[in-house]
Amino acid sequence: MTTLYLNVIAGGILIGIVYALIALGLTIIFGVMRIVNFAHGEMVVIGMYVGYGIWSVTKIPPWMIAPVAALALFMLGYALQRSIVNAFIERPQHAQFILFISFALIITGLHLVLFGPDSRPIDIIESMQSYSIGPLRLDVVRSQAALMALALITGLILFLRQSMLGRSIRAAADNLIGAQVIGIRIRNVYSVTAGIGMACAGAAGALVAPMFDTQPFLATDFTLIAFIIVIVGGLGSLTGALLGGVIIGLSEALAALVFSPALKTVFSYALLTIVLIWRPNGLFGEQSR
Amino acid sequence: MSKRIAVNRRQVLAAGAGVIGTGILPRGVRAHGAPVKIGVILYLSGVQAFMGQQTRKGNEFGGIYAKEAGGPPMEFIYGDAESKPENGRVVAERLIRDGCTLLIGTNDSGSTISVAQAAEAAKIPFLINIASAPQITEQGFTQIFRNFPPATTLVGNAVIRIKELGATTGIEPKTAVILHVNDTFGQGIMKGVDIVWEKVKVPIKIVERISYDVHARDLSVEVAKAKATGADLLMPITRVSDAILIIREMVKQNWSPMGIISPGSPGPYEKAFTDALGKYGDGYMSCVPWYNPTKAGAREIAVRFEKEMDGRFDLNAAFAFEAVQIAADAIKRANSNEPAAIHAALKTTDIKDHIIYGGPIRFNEKGQNPNIGVVMLQNQNGRPVVVSPADASEAKAVFPLVPFDKR
Amino acid sequence: MKRALSPRPWPAFVFFLVVAGLGPVLDSFWLSLLTLVFFYALMGLSWNLMMSAGLLSLGHALFLGLGAYTTAVLTASGGISPWLAIPAGTVISALAGSMIAWVGGRFSVRGVQFAVLTIAFAELVRVLFDNWNFVGGTGGFFLKAINPDTNRPLLTLRGGALFFYFAFLAITAAAYFLVQRLMASRWGFRWRAISEDEDAARALGVPALRSKVLAVAISAGLAGLGGGLFGLMQGSLFPDSTMRLQLSIEVLIAPIVGGLGSPFGSVMGAFFVVPLMEFANVLGQRTGYYGVNTLIYGIVILAVIAFLPHGIWPRVVQFVRSARPA
Repeated sequence: MTTLYLNVIAGGILIGIVYALIALGLTIIFGVMRIVNFAHGEMVVIGMYVGYGIWSVTKIPPWMIAPVAALALFMLGYALQRSIVNAFIERPQHAQFILFISFALIITGLHLVLFGPDSRPIDIIESMQSYSIGPLRLDVVRSQAALMALALITGLILFLRQSMLGRSIRAAADNLIGAQVIGIRIRNVYSVTAGIGMACAGAAGALVAPMFDTQPFLATDFTLIAFIIVIVGGLGSLTGALLGGVIIGLSEALAALVFSPALKTVFSYALLTIVLIWRPNGLFGEQSR
Repeated sequence: MSKRIAVNRRQVLAAGAGVIGTGILPRGVRAHGAPVKIGVILYLSGVQAFMGQQTRKGNEFGGIYAKEAGGPPMEFIYGDAESKPENGRVVAERLIRDGCTLLIGTNDSGSTISVAQAAEAAKIPFLINIASAPQITEQGFTQIFRNFPPATTLVGNAVIRIKELGATTGIEPKTAVILHVNDTFGQGIMKGVDIVWEKVKVPIKIVERISYDVHARDLSVEVAKAKATGADLLMPITRVSDAILIIREMVKQNWSPMGIISPGSPGPYEKAFTDALGKYGDGYMSCVPWYNPTKAGAREIAVRFEKEMDGRFDLNAAFAFEAVQIAADAIKRANSNEPAAIHAALKTTDIKDHIIYGGPIRFNEKGQNPNIGVVMLQNQNGRPVVVSPADASEAKAVFPLVPFDKR
Repeated sequence: MKRALSPRPWPAFVFFLVVAGLGPVLDSFWLSLLTLVFFYALMGLSWNLMMSAGLLSLGHALFLGLGAYTTAVLTASGGISPWLAIPAGTVISALAGSMIAWVGGRFSVRGVQFAVLTIAFAELVRVLFDNWNFVGGTGGFFLKAINPDTNRPLLTLRGGALFFYFAFLAITAAAYFLVQRLMASRWGFRWRAISEDEDAARALGVPALRSKVLAVAISAGLAGLGGGLFGLMQGSLFPDSTMRLQLSIEVLIAPIVGGLGSPFGSVMGAFFVVPLMEFANVLGQRTGYYGVNTLIYGIVILAVIAFLPHGIWPRVVQFVRSARPA
């Protein structure tokens, strides 16, 4: 019995790390620009297609393709922000919201037209393998994805801490007017932030491509998971996204085990509701009330 | 799945495109001798697209075969319900508006009921090729004709096959765990299992029932739970992609039960399944209605289908094929394109020479064909073969299951 | 907030009358299409009402679904007349809405968080329904077939295309006038005040919690009403389609495109958006590409939000007013 629980917990943590990467992208965008990217799931799916596409041509394992997906999505995010989204920063929230909805529809539509609605599984030998560590059996694909996700997250945090641009981003997140006063070019910061946010989503997409068969309609699930994690962890909080990701990954797995697998999302939504009521700014968000 | 040559989406949609027009055209006034317009509602896209496209191929092949055998002129118009059950009604209404006087469909229980409602309201006969939910024939529909066994019959026959397996191999499983998908179809089969187990007092104890969402992408916890029960048999009730997921998880978690026997669900016999899993897909058994490979002519039809339509002649294709033969037979006897005439002819259907394993095709007062049998299939060397009962089998069953780590 | 409301009811009245008159001469395709338009207009009016109090609902399908299921279950399993079942559905949805609004108001859940709260509730209930055998779970809930020869539409509230055309037209028109009166009333002012700045409104004595609960209750009730009739029309209900997030998003596109804050804008929005959906579908099927409809949909929405930020109807009104000699 304990082996069962240990394995399920391990699996939950591994997938949680990848979820954390997705959530990180969403929370960074909100933290800096106060914009809620409702097309985040669609960005993840773009990453999945990038991963699938490159794999099917070159047979490189998807977890290695993640950085390429990150780069591609960075450029896309940067371009979108510069061209369209920056103009919407001042607009009312529902307008921004509709903007991202339209992006989501366009992206899903393009996926459908270009690739069709059929799912594209990635059949690699690792899909059938697991590492045996004592009583634990760790899914190879998940382990690889989690490790790469950790590497990317670490890289991102270092960037935000050490680099000039990273610090500008954090400054803008903390105090927008102050940042402008000291000469930070805000539009630039926004564009880079959007790029980073979407890069996170794209990389995560490439990582999950071998786990979940790539198809355009997965986007909504990812958007929802990202939202749950970010709200629970705290909008704008990096730690919140990280810990939130693992918490949600873990709680979903445990809920499926202890209750019924079909009800596992109920647990996550219940958790979300409780956090919204009790601490609307999330477990690690600012305590403004 | 990555290796199959999918029916070109464009062809599929273009076929339907011509008639999904503005609908301002009046209900067809046809000259006598003009082909009967038959609306075919299937899932041609979305998560269940593969089965739907297989069904379509069976339909088309059936049309070719019927024409060669001197059948009446028939024009098939395909409508895609996009793997969403509620779309069945919408698509059916569109097809009826475009002049179809007979409907065939849908290879899924949820959408079948939805289509049946449209057929009932418009008084158009509806020939059901694949749908096992028991309530379809309990709702009072007068326009339906189902050439597929309801879940209780299916499971009842499946249990007989399982008992035979124990008797012939000498190995009797004592416990079973059920993993089942949570949609109309899965619930129907589950209910069938409950009823049959109660009635027949099956000596296999069901230790746990684990249900999962039809959209689930990750079944690791479900399989882990099933493994933890330590049951002899795994009895999965699945679709295709979840069946693939389940076997993958079993391999990763190193769980090889005595046997994997499905009491009546798709998945293992599909080409997508055997292609994706290779040697790991072998040994999986499934009790389903199927064509009789030992019957004269059936084998030839299967071989010809695989050559001309580039797909395996599986349950989807076989039942779609047979539905077209039934339609051709009825239309010929009705000698008319009018729905009421076709309906009356269908009611008196009595076909003795057909490829599906079972007795003559007849429809009772509820529109159900009670004579369809069930065989036990097993994947051997990447192909599903009939292993039971004796009067239809092509090979011997391999039981117990060869453990995954020994392959 | 721009006042694009027409203070005079009679132009709308004439409009609805004309539409009603068209009913008997249209063929079934147009009847079905326009019925769908009315449905989305009704949903849009309902969503718009909540939005005018600053409450962004991303889970509106919940209210729709509750109304649909309540009505369907009471009618089919309970044998109760749909004339009672539909109001029951309306009440259940209104109660659900009130609860959500109360929770949100009482615990100061605002803005984005409130929107996410609506999603959470909608998804929670959807998954619960998925697993509730009494309503059929994922397998769906099916109404008994109607026999076209013996069915009496006014009794069963189910009929052919023409019946549902008039039924939906009636409730949508009624909803329009109700929403319009409300938005022009004292409550409407309170809602707009809360939406602009809740704390300032509170300081001026506006009963925020009560106002918000009322707005959402009415909004949810209207959605439940529409949902109830919709369920009777569909004949089969599945939690995964009746309460899904995509539907919640679909219902808000029409009011935003039509014109936020303007009840007639919501109606016009539906007249624009639903045929657009159909046109996009047809185009997709003709060219053989799956997904062209989603793409077109997205592009048009993007164009409208980028170039006509307040929606189509206010721009039309502006144009008409400037064209008219002073």
